[in-house]
Amino acid sequence: MSEEKYVPKTKLAEWFDSRLPLLSLSHHLRSYPTPKNLNYWWTFGGILTFCLITQIVTGIILAMHYVAHTEHAFASIEHIMRDVNYGWLMRYVHSNGASMFFLAVYIHIFRGLYFGSYKAPREMIWIIGLAIYLLMMATAFMGYVLPWGQMSFWGATVITNLFSAIPLIGESVTNWLWGGFSVDNPTLNRFYSLHYLLPFLIFGLVILHIWSLHIPGNNNPVGIDVKKGSNETMPFHPYMVMKDLTALLAFLLLFFAFVFFLPDFLGHPDNYIPADPLITPAHIVPEWYLLPFYAILRAIPSKLGGVIFMFASIFVLAGLPWLDSSKVRSATFRPLYRKFFWVLVVTVVLLGYLGAKPPEGIYLILARIATAYYFIHFLILLPLLGRYEKTDPLPMSISDPVLDKPGVMDKFKEMAGKYEGENVGSFK
Amino acid sequence: MSSEIKPKRRDFLFTATYTVGAVGLGATIWPLVDQMNPDSSVKALSTTEVDVSSVEPGKTITVLWRGKPIFIRRRTKKEIDEATAVDLKDLKDPEKDSDRAKNPEWLVMVGVCTHLGCVPLGDKGDYKAWFCPCHGSHYDTSGRIRKGPAPTNLEIPKYEFVDNNTIKIG
Repeated sequence: MSEEKYVPKTKLAEWFDSRLPLLSLSHHLRSYPTPKNLNYWWTFGGILTFCLITQIVTGIILAMHYVAHTEHAFASIEHIMRDVNYGWLMRYVHSNGASMFFLAVYIHIFRGLYFGSYKAPREMIWIIGLAIYLLMMATAFMGYVLPWGQMSFWGATVITNLFSAIPLIGESVTNWLWGGFSVDNPTLNRFYSLHYLLPFLIFGLVILHIWSLHIPGNNNPVGIDVKKGSNETMPFHPYMVMKDLTALLAFLLLFFAFVFFLPDFLGHPDNYIPADPLITPAHIVPEWYLLPFYAILRAIPSKLGGVIFMFASIFVLAGLPWLDSSKVRSATFRPLYRKFFWVLVVTVVLLGYLGAKPPEGIYLILARIATAYYFIHFLILLPLLGRYEKTDPLPMSISDPVLDKPGVMDKFKEMAGKYEGENVGSFK
Repeated sequence: MSSEIKPKRRDFLFTATYTVGAVGLGATIWPLVDQMNPDSSVKALSTTEVDVSSVEPGKTITVLWRGKPIFIRRRTKKEIDEATAVDLKDLKDPEKDSDRAKNPEWLVMVGVCTHLGCVPLGDKGDYKAWFCPCHGSHYDTSGRIRKGPAPTNLEIPKYEFVDNNTIKIG
């Protein structure tokens, strides 16, 4: 189906829409053509929108009861947990919601990597997505500081000290970030302010992300362009809305299994000890979703080098649309890339595991190998594959991989024949 | 474009306007940035006096100065000898022990790992001195970095002996 132009049905709608075209926008969002072969990996955009809204709503509620002061922050969290009506629910949804948000965003990113969704003409969607991911990490980090437990305090200390690695101005920059000579009350206050602000910036970027998506339209599992105005697309509503809702319900089962049965599983018990600037916990670990980067930071035996490689591991992704020069998008038709993709997945998961282990012995050696491989994948393997990989032949239409399966046409003719008699022509 | 074109009165006005505008914008933004720097109340807490008369040789006390822990260690003869015997060529950040401890018996340092700001643990690590649990930096009995990711020695704050039993930090 191609998208039809919105035609107002009443005089009032015409009056309104010619002054502020919200009705046209709403019509576009409902009739937006989506490829009919989108699989469930494509439902995570909707799930992520849900996660963002959940975090904003529960966050605004928590802000009504939280006190951003070093002497009251920890107690105010306990007040929320014990005294505030449903405070425990709001906080556990918010804290587990952050983990679920990252789980969904990692699936969303790896889906993009597998199906080549970052390639032309979708580079802007990818780059805006990376900006969202960076803001998500900053927001999550600052949110983790607010309860003012031991992990909050020492996590804040370690991460803000990353900036002290900058030559010459490093110390001034960290003092500026802290508003003092160590992480203290001014730091807590500004983190609270920014933690409240950044989700709204993310929301703005999400609008740009979707806008830049709606110009070329969705990529799809086959990775070839869909023919606009053909029967290869379906309107977003109700088809994709229903598919997204089905996936969302399954996702919520996992989400609320954590909230109700394992609410502290993803957190660290040391964060239930109030912050103490004199004692560093024996093992500082960030939240699980930051562990791969933490492993890269520690794998490099130099302070500045570690910081540079850690940031580079994210920024290298911005160059991906140009590093991966293969014209074929979907890994389905790239036999070699498909294998390397899974090696990359294993490498990132391994880095996450190593980030939680002490940086010594075999763990350190593995972290160095995995870090090296991570960069080799993007900087060497992808450009080489783009040149030398022999890709499989692409189908002419997104319908072909389904219709070409042996027996599908016969089965379809048989079913259709039951209703329409034997005079069923070709369906292709 | 011909190179013969002379700047006109209007070009001058454009340049002057942009320049004044940029200076004005900078002057407007600076207070918005500078407000995040350490404020007067934070800077006011800049000195701490510590009574060290009760510290035995081989013991360390930790005091808080500007929100950071300060290690004050009364070193044993063995520790001082170890610290002075080191060949400066073996050090990542070469510094003589005598430059780090005004009075060799007393070592006063900021107890913050120069890697990423954790507090090192005492009497631990390869040099039986300080060891940072976060990312595995080992410091010797003079607080100098010997092994691990930290780039420099533990920082020596500004301090002085007010009398034999009192140290003023800051």
